[in-house]
Amino acid sequence: MELKDLIKPENLVYDKTSILEDEPMHYCPGCSHGVVHKILAELIGEMGIQEKTIGVAPVGCAVFAYRYLNIDWQEAAHGRAPAVATGIVRLKPDNFVFTYQGDGDLASIGTAEIMHACNRGENILVIFINNGIYGMTGGQMAPTTLEGMVTSTTPTGRNIDLNGYPMKITDLIAQLPGTSYVTRQAVHTAAATLKCKRSLKKAIENVLDKKGTSFVEVVSTCNSGWKMTPVGANQWMEDNMIPYYPLGDLKDSVKGEHKSEN
Amino acid sequence: MAKVQGAVVVNIEECKGCGLCVVACPHDVLELHKEVNSKGYHYSYMATPNACVGCAHCGVVCPDTCITVYRVKV
Repeated sequence: MELKDLIKPENLVYDKTSILEDEPMHYCPGCSHGVVHKILAELIGEMGIQEKTIGVAPVGCAVFAYRYLNIDWQEAAHGRAPAVATGIVRLKPDNFVFTYQGDGDLASIGTAEIMHACNRGENILVIFINNGIYGMTGGQMAPTTLEGMVTSTTPTGRNIDLNGYPMKITDLIAQLPGTSYVTRQAVHTAAATLKCKRSLKKAIENVLDKKGTSFVEVVSTCNSGWKMTPVGANQWMEDNMIPYYPLGDLKDSVKGEHKSEN
Repeated sequence: MAKVQGAVVVNIEECKGCGLCVVACPHDVLELHKEVNSKGYHYSYMATPNACVGCAHCGVVCPDTCITVYRVKV
């Protein structure tokens, strides 16, 4: 069969969703942000919630997210996205509000905001991109940096005695009674991406049902910060990040109930 | 010969040549081209078009959403 006979609208099986703008993304080649943006955009389109979705973008690589997803956005100061989202959702309780934060934003400077927003059980979705590094500013150590991992501020590797342990913030958040669904996923393969999309869909449904805070961590790569190729970074993540940050649901209940799965 | 024939269309100018689609393809259809696009990236293309079954794994993992997938039963 000739290619021109095959490439017809009736044979289409996978295409760019209309929620994503035509703007080329500024992310480095192979960055996990692009995949997470895409599955989020696909879900917003499939669930028909484009008009009621409000995103709160962080400071970090995803600060330009408003260029790529055709929904309403609000910028927040570094780490303060959950506080801004709290304000939005309390004034507009029928809208779907989510924050999109990296590990430097959420687990370091914004620890107080995320902890208290989750403890209050604000009806928001938090998407947490954990790549173990400050990607945007040049690859400095983050709270989630693994032991021995070389970054620009730990040239001989992270030293536990000096810098403490890598922080499993998602495990901490799963202990808070305000959260309803807490999960950790990855997007390094097609299967993992589709699984992450299902988890994200469940998290969005929980928020629409007003069950409390939903928290989705995506273990991600930063091949530029890690000084690796995109394919090599995915392999390194599978070998090193995922054993420390194991994938799966950490909590699945409703706000106020203490039915943690682990 | 596969019972299903697929085709992948790559938006060459948006492709950044990360190569994630190349390793995601279960039938080794995709490769990075030896030529580059206007940004200087070796873009992805179908090296063995007949082997494609249109599973869309390449599209799912593409961070820049520059892959469109078609499939037809033959």
